Amino acid sequence: MKWETVIGIETHAQLSTKSKIFSGAATAFGAAPNTQACAVDIALPGVLPVANREAVAKAVRFGLAVGASINRRSIFARKNYFYPDLPKGYQISQYETPIVQGGALAIFVDGAEKIVRLTRAHLEEDAGKSLHEGFHDFTGIDLNRAGTPLLEIVSEPDLRSAQEAVAYARGLHALVRWIDICDGNMQEGSFRCDANVSVRPAGSDTLGTRSEIKNLNSFRFLERAIEFEVRRQIEIIEDGGTIVQETRLYDAGRDETRSMRTKEDAHDYRYFPDPDLLPLSVEQAWVEEIRSAMPELPQAKRSAFVALGLSPYQAGVLTASRELAEYSAAAFAGAAAPAELANWITGALSARLNDEGLDITASRITPAQLRALAARISDGTLSGKMAREVFDAVWAGEGDPDAIIAKRGLKQISDSSELEKICDEVIAGNARQVEDYRSGKDKAFNSLVGQVMKATRGKANPQQVSEILKRRLAG
Amino acid sequence: MALTLDDVKRVAHLARIAVDEAEAQAVLDQLNGVFLLIAEMRAVDTRGVEPMSHALDVTQRLRADAVTEPDQHDLFQAVAPHVEDALYLVPKVIE
Repeated sequence: MKWETVIGIETHAQLSTKSKIFSGAATAFGAAPNTQACAVDIALPGVLPVANREAVAKAVRFGLAVGASINRRSIFARKNYFYPDLPKGYQISQYETPIVQGGALAIFVDGAEKIVRLTRAHLEEDAGKSLHEGFHDFTGIDLNRAGTPLLEIVSEPDLRSAQEAVAYARGLHALVRWIDICDGNMQEGSFRCDANVSVRPAGSDTLGTRSEIKNLNSFRFLERAIEFEVRRQIEIIEDGGTIVQETRLYDAGRDETRSMRTKEDAHDYRYFPDPDLLPLSVEQAWVEEIRSAMPELPQAKRSAFVALGLSPYQAGVLTASRELAEYSAAAFAGAAAPAELANWITGALSARLNDEGLDITASRITPAQLRALAARISDGTLSGKMAREVFDAVWAGEGDPDAIIAKRGLKQISDSSELEKICDEVIAGNARQVEDYRSGKDKAFNSLVGQVMKATRGKANPQQVSEILKRRLAG
Repeated sequence: MALTLDDVKRVAHLARIAVDEAEAQAVLDQLNGVFLLIAEMRAVDTRGVEPMSHALDVTQRLRADAVTEPDQHDLFQAVAPHVEDALYLVPKVIE
């Protein structure tokens, strides 16, 4: 039987605020244990939460970026469960009325665009961290992370493969960084994904029983965990079994998912509106103020690049991050052939940055320098090979492309009368090859082109040389 | 809607409250009394009245995003039963 995979993703994006969502404690990563957990975070009796305006603004910013509706009034709710790293015995979250509802994200898989619908995005607080290693019979609790603002972004079950899931997660990751609401640091847990995975017979429109894979903190783990889970579920069903709705953890070492030992009532969170927090009101004027401060979004940038003549693929690659898109846009400004320039950015420049472990913002060649280099290729001054030499020299800090071209005498010979003179000399001095060529030996022709290139020390345009030689030898 | 003894035991368990049989029965009677009151309120015609999620008809005041709380973990941990390397220690929990 043919099976269809159905995936929905829940993402926890840590909002990049200085202080916590309901207290004035710091959120900096890596502080000594419990030094950033104040009386509110550790839930001392009598404390009251007060919401952070910036966390709310960042949630609104996200909602606007995905074309969602922003609820003018949303409610904080208590999600009740007991765990030592949750001091209050409940997590403050949003349940019935989240701040952001709906919206969509466009993703690209194999060059084709797909729209993934979003269900909602809501504000909540993170829990602390439990450290199980190193204490005999004890668990150590660090509450620095408790109360850190999170935006939980929930997608509809619109994804149909591990590849689509990864494209979605990458797209979302790029977007939250682009609009500057989350630093996207996956190692530090700033961006974590849970995947809801189920399978159903191809063509069916009812959903199969899903399992939820928790805490996937890399795109590779997300992809592999889903691939494993899909195989596991299909095997169970084909062997006549049934899928149990459960939470599973991905074990990267074994490349498999395994069931988390869960109590049967673990999902009964008994949500209710938090009486400590009044309804959250977001006035239209504030939404408009946030909207007016939004950067141009990836989608708009992509369209602008395509309008400049780039392929949708190139445009997608160059809008993977705001920094790369800004570099590219700066390079394209006034460029004669942006698509060619795009090839330099995605090719030589990206390879060099990658080799040296640098970010685009640390590029040693400026957008203007790259544009000047491309212009010298377009106008025939530089051959591809020469351009690589100039690229290397600019990278090494020798100055602008034009100065390097002048200093190194790298000008390609494009004056045809000069080239024709050299071609004539080569023809005159290589009678045997000329004869071989005329008697039908094509190899001899390449040898003649080689002779001209040698005579010009590589400064001739090989295409132009071959045209001239063909014309001369035909006569 | 009348609660059953099983409902009471389940809610007590979720809230980690120990109740014995006699207490559970007493709590059941009290809670059913509360539900009767709710039923009485539900009978009131509230058409056209916007639901409230809070008893006060005001909205959340927001604070500026500034770090205002100093590190006081020594003070807080002075009353914790068990602390090591500035971590609160609790009986081992493994998922």
